[in-house]
Amino acid sequence: MTDTSPPAPRRGVPLWAQIIIWVFLVGLLAIVALGLRRAQQGTVQPGQAIDNFTLPLYSGYELDGKSEIQFDDLRGKVVVINFWASWCKPCEQEAAELQQAWTEYEPTGEVLFLGADYVDTEPEARVYLKKFGVTYPNGPDLATRISQYFRIKGVPETYFIDKEGVLQYVQIGPFTSLEQIRAQIDTLLE
Amino acid sequence: MGSSRTIFYFVLLTLVLAGFWTIPVSAQGPTPTDDEVNRIAKQLYCPVCESTPLDVCPTEACRQWRDLIRSMLAEGRSEEEIEQYFVEHYGARVLAEPPNRLATYLVPAVAILLGAFMLFRGFRMWMKPSITEAGAADAPPEPEQDPYIAKLEEELRKQK
Repeated sequence: MTDTSPPAPRRGVPLWAQIIIWVFLVGLLAIVALGLRRAQQGTVQPGQAIDNFTLPLYSGYELDGKSEIQFDDLRGKVVVINFWASWCKPCEQEAAELQQAWTEYEPTGEVLFLGADYVDTEPEARVYLKKFGVTYPNGPDLATRISQYFRIKGVPETYFIDKEGVLQYVQIGPFTSLEQIRAQIDTLLE
Repeated sequence: MGSSRTIFYFVLLTLVLAGFWTIPVSAQGPTPTDDEVNRIAKQLYCPVCESTPLDVCPTEACRQWRDLIRSMLAEGRSEEEIEQYFVEHYGARVLAEPPNRLATYLVPAVAILLGAFMLFRGFRMWMKPSITEAGAADAPPEPEQDPYIAKLEEELRKQK
């Protein structure tokens, strides 16, 4: 009359499936955490070695006839990278000073200025460059790859990199004088 | 004879003048209307503003990008070509809809399903002990086996 058979074993999720699920969830959380951490980080910090990047150049703004620049090829020179855009009004405040500084340091052959044009249209960029008489190499930051690497927060921002390819100073916002630019470059040339 | 020659020269002059009038127009092509520009612009987002479609963005930068769309349309470029140009120059974030990649849709769907499964499982585990406990508390005590009933059951079994 009474059922004396042993109770049926409980059917659960196999161990391997549980492990996969937990690994996937932990991985997903790690990705989200890394994204949040990156979003909260500021720009790249001084002391960090800068990885190679490619900057295509506008025609008329090439470097030694080359239509693009590989950052790794610039070792041995102090590199000043200026992020700008034609729609950026604060960029206009420093454009003349940057060009003046380039005119002063270009003959030494030890310093290179680069303009990275951030989310801009080429016709307006050319008008801007002509208006301020800019002559140093300039090109578009395609798909914002370079600005994402530097984690810029806006324009203008300027990065001073020493001869070994290590970032030494970051200028957020426009320079207020030519002396400011000279001071940073002279420190790196000493 | 003289009047037919006059008519001939008049027609010839008219055709030449008409040719001068039409040549520059055909070289320039039709200017795209605001509606045509905005149809593409509203599928793109301003790369420097937060969540603002290009067709309603009031900034100077957005005006430049709308002008760029207009000039590209005038050159005869297709909607896909213009979108591709924007992605190449400003990144995939300018697209109103993310690029059609498997991971874009698969990862959220899998994450939601897994989350639902884990919740369901956790909820069941949380509920089970309380049901067992409640069941144990409410169940009537099992009566002790009455010797008379035991004897009766044994007799019944024998008769079978």
